[in-house]
Amino acid sequence: MSVLVYTETDQGKLKKTALEVASYAKAVADKLGSSVTAVCINADDASQLGQYGVNKVLNIDYEGEFNAKRYASFIGQAAQQEGADVVVVSQSADSRYIAPILSVGLEATYASNVIGEPSSTNPFIVQRNTFTNKAIGDLEMKSGKKILGLSSNAYGVHENPVDSSVEGFSPEKVDSGIKVQSVDKAGGTVSIADADIVVSGGRGLKGPENWGMIEELAEVLGAATACSKPVSDLGWRPHSEHVGQTGKPVASNLYIAVGISGAIQHLAGINASKVKVVINTDPEAPFFKAADYGVVGDAFEVVPQLIEKLKEFKAQNA
Amino acid sequence: MKILVCISHVPDTTSKINFTDSDTKFDANGVQFVINPNDEFGLTRAMWFKEKQGAGVDVVTVGGPEVEPTLRKALAIGADQAIRVDTAALDGYQVARELAAVVKSGGYDLVIAGRESIDYNGGMVPGMLAELTGAEFVNNCIGLEVDGGAARATREMDGGKATVSATLPLVIGGQKGLVEESDLRIPNMRGIMMARKKPLNVIPGVSAQADTSFVKFHKPAPKGAVKLVDPDKLDELINLLHNEAKVI
Ligand SMILES: Cc1cc2nc3c(=O)[nH]c(=O)nc-3n(C[C@H](O)[C@H](O)[C@H](O)COP(=O)(O)OP(=O)(O)OC[C@H]3O[C@@H](n4cnc5c(N)ncnc54)[C@H](O)[C@@H]3O)c2cc1C
Ligand SMILES: Nc1ncnc2c1ncn2[C@@H]1O[C@H](COP(=O)(O)O)[C@@H](O)[C@H]1O
Repeated sequence: MSVLVYTETDQGKLKKTALEVASYAKAVADKLGSSVTAVCINADDASQLGQYGVNKVLNIDYEGEFNAKRYASFIGQAAQQEGADVVVVSQSADSRYIAPILSVGLEATYASNVIGEPSSTNPFIVQRNTFTNKAIGDLEMKSGKKILGLSSNAYGVHENPVDSSVEGFSPEKVDSGIKVQSVDKAGGTVSIADADIVVSGGRGLKGPENWGMIEELAEVLGAATACSKPVSDLGWRPHSEHVGQTGKPVASNLYIAVGISGAIQHLAGINASKVKVVINTDPEAPFFKAADYGVVGDAFEVVPQLIEKLKEFKAQNA
Repeated sequence: MKILVCISHVPDTTSKINFTDSDTKFDANGVQFVINPNDEFGLTRAMWFKEKQGAGVDVVTVGGPEVEPTLRKALAIGADQAIRVDTAALDGYQVARELAAVVKSGGYDLVIAGRESIDYNGGMVPGMLAELTGAEFVNNCIGLEVDGGAARATREMDGGKATVSATLPLVIGGQKGLVEESDLRIPNMRGIMMARKKPLNVIPGVSAQADTSFVKFHKPAPKGAVKLVDPDKLDELINLLHNEAKVI
């Protein structure tokens, strides 16, 4: 018996969330007294997973586009082979797509948005975010097999070196009625889902011509850029940057909101982020109640200064 | 084409979130319930298929009598008939199995669900339903067209979007983008009058069992007050983020 973890790759490279789910799977396996097997697709260097507690890696050589049904079946076949009762996945868009399909295939229960280690393994109880992060629920999972979807940045990456082996794995390839026609990658270098830091701009920035400083701030921090809903509705920024209840969810380590008032629908999508900084001219803006750090000031003065100071800081700490 | 829109009946986003029965159940007292926002986009897209392509549109909710006003609202927006599966919604897997029975007996070509409900945020019913009924599945769907027996769907991914072709039957997990927000429909007087005459069929469930339950809910630990930094002393902000919060 082992805990199986699906460690995602992007063009052959393991994603940061892959290291996080591997670290988490190790913690769950320790509680259950079992080992960790990772399954990945086209990983160039899967052996590094041993640093995070993975005993064995099943690496699949796959040609073709992402297909959720096929990937779910790959993970399911790995789980069968390894006799895994617990499968850990991330909460990337791909994994959120795969997990419910996998859950039917394995007849396993699935808990999404999990935020920590099981508080007990018998009964099996995990904490998950509910009500758009306004409440945490202790969920008891009664079935024999379980899938845990770990919310990103909820556990962190923890080194835990173990002896590890990498094996090729050639699961059966199921048919699918879905064929990818075209893929349109967004321009930004860091995606909102993968980012440790997200810099987000609101209507307070007045117009699309003022986003240069937001992009520069993001670049200095290695952050992804995001925006509030009206900003994408007005066409100032692409829809793919819209975050909040009706947009993308954000669970970064640091979220910097510039010229965003902090409406409840905005906060619903971003409050899983660990540390929030708000820059706003209005000391009464609701965001200040939800933030950890705040600057009451004009973004057009504060942001350029912050960029300069961050550059100095980076130069000193390089 | 026969379309089924799965509607989740959820507390409005601005609701106060409280719990009863020793913090094991959501306290619905005084809470305003609405059509799950992701399902509202899907329902509006279904209306487009009805008007432009002559599709038949049914709506379904798994839940007790308390969900009927939400189904009536969907009828007022334009669905032809509503189905209420008369059993409490307990968890994603149970709801998906109840819905699978409805889908199988109704012979739907297209099932439109939402990417997630804003109450328990499971994000699981649509994918499970697809797999249980042997249908194809597109999640995070932000664009959908159907032509004869085939669909073209656009899915939002973490770093962009992908357009796919899909065979029917198809289930989607829809969201904003399926239609523009300005096209969302609000029931008008005529719609509300007509909805009263449309069928709302209450059917018994198939007694699917739930495998999970919430043993307790908590509120996140109250956050300390915001630390304000003088706009002329931004070094202090960097210092706090580096040494205190340890995020840069
Ligand atoms: C069903 C529903 C779903 C929704 N979903 C979302 C969602 O997913 N995401 C989302 O973001 N919104 C969502 N909204 C909209 C939300 O309610 C707010 O309207 C929106 O978030 C406001 O955007 P904003 O903060 O950019 O703009 P505003 O509310 O206009 O705020 C602008 C802020 O900028 C500040 N400002 C002005 N000038 C400056 C300056 N020079 N420097 C610094 N600050 C300045 C102002 O003080 C103000 O606080 C939703 C609404 C509904 C009804
Ligand atoms: N009780 C329910 N009745 C009908 N459809 C539901 C129900 N619960 C969830 N759904 C559908 O499944 C989608 C995702 O819900 P969830 O998996 O609960 O996050 C919703 O947007 C609805 O389309």
